[in-house]
Amino acid sequence: MDRKRGNPNHDRGPAFVRRSRSLTAADMPAPGSAAVQIDNFVFGPQAITVPTGTTVTWTNRDDIPHTVVSTDGVFKSKVQDTDEKFSFKFDKRGTYAYYCSIHPKMTGKVVVQ
Amino acid sequence: MLSYHNWDRRLMQLLDDGTRNKNHPVQLVTQNVINYGGQMPHKKQDLIDQNLQDLNDDGVDRRGFLKCMAWAGTGLVWTMSGGVPVSRAFAKSVDKTAVKGADFTFVQISDSHIGFNKPANPDVTATLQTAINKINAMPQKPDFIIHTGDLSQLSKPSEFDTLDQVLKGASAKQIYFVPGEHDMLSDNGEQFLQRYGKGTKGTGWYSFDQKGVHFVGLVNVANLKAGGMGSLGHEQLEWLEDDLRGRSASTPIVLFAHIPLWTIYPDWGWGTDDSAQALSYVKRFGSVTVLNGHIHQIMQKVEGKVSFHTAMSTAFPQPAPGTAPSAGPMKVPADQLQQMLGITDVNYLVSGRSLAVVDSPLGAGSSATANAGGI
Repeated sequence: MDRKRGNPNHDRGPAFVRRSRSLTAADMPAPGSAAVQIDNFVFGPQAITVPTGTTVTWTNRDDIPHTVVSTDGVFKSKVQDTDEKFSFKFDKRGTYAYYCSIHPKMTGKVVVQ
Repeated sequence: MLSYHNWDRRLMQLLDDGTRNKNHPVQLVTQNVINYGGQMPHKKQDLIDQNLQDLNDDGVDRRGFLKCMAWAGTGLVWTMSGGVPVSRAFAKSVDKTAVKGADFTFVQISDSHIGFNKPANPDVTATLQTAINKINAMPQKPDFIIHTGDLSQLSKPSEFDTLDQVLKGASAKQIYFVPGEHDMLSDNGEQFLQRYGKGTKGTGWYSFDQKGVHFVGLVNVANLKAGGMGSLGHEQLEWLEDDLRGRSASTPIVLFAHIPLWTIYPDWGWGTDDSAQALSYVKRFGSVTVLNGHIHQIMQKVEGKVSFHTAMSTAFPQPAPGTAPSAGPMKVPADQLQQMLGITDVNYLVSGRSLAVVDSPLGAGSSATANAGGI
């Protein structure tokens, strides 16, 4: 039994764990891209640091819809249902705080260097 | 699914909470009993009984009440009379007669999440229909229904259409709605307002009177701030203060909103940041009942003359606070699902100004009142 959720569909660790155990080309993010997963009402990793020009893709792996909304209005996803993805390209340096507007306890940030 | 390990941890936490707060030691424990649907291990039941006896100095037979809850795992009758909260097991309840002779009755349904199709409930339309059938079978036809939000899963027009189709079959034609966060996903709730909130203020708040009881529907799911919980906002709070001004303190007040107006579990956002302000406006009233949804399980608390109550969902259960990594849908075996979904009906007696709140799961009896008489 999956200790996390009791749901086999969610028996997948955070993205960085998966990649470390399967370093195949298919699993690696394309150059200039990075990934954030939503699992159990948490953005993972909660803070991510990327170079300028990186496209960050969020994937919702919960059974409940979420959104990815910049606190300062820089980006705003539509509602993301299970397994849906949202991407945003960060062209400017800075720290971008964001949250889920449906479950505002869920927060994260992207640091662009 | 909950392990005994989790159960232990949560129980101890609850008992600890109860020991520290003698004003309302029992409500969270009660909720847990309901959640476990009578499957509580005996040792734990003894522990609760012992603890409750120690704390029980208000003349309410909570021990017996909880025992009955543990057997039945069904519902509870909760009355408020002259500001004195009294909880009873169904079997001891005067509310069997209260139901028959009530001045009026209404039913609360919540969290129908039409469009949700995952475990543990791939057919939330069917369980909503079961809830409506249960309401239609009540001996006293309810005057109206209150839906406390999350009508839909994704605010889709097709989901609202399906909801409307099912609700059309309800014997009570008047239905009052407040939105949940799921109903305001793509358009800041405009569609919700068009369909269910005509004539309301702001993002959908309003009040109405029914036979001397003043009802206020509040919206605490709009414009949520990063890191926060539910929020009413300044404009709505001002309106509420104004709405209640000048009303007699003897007027029974019923507040309803989607997210609980009391802090249940901040880590999961189960509370409303500015609810204390709202509650300060109702302090002077002799009888205040607060009805919420959002957490898909029954919890109640009494604070002074204010009683708080959350309803079961008609769609899927959610875990007790802190017993799972997140508030996501709780997967339960199919044969247990209907015990964890349900409706709440509320009876009001003008004499004594009392409200009786009765929760009943979808999977028991043909109606709440049949259930009340049957235990």
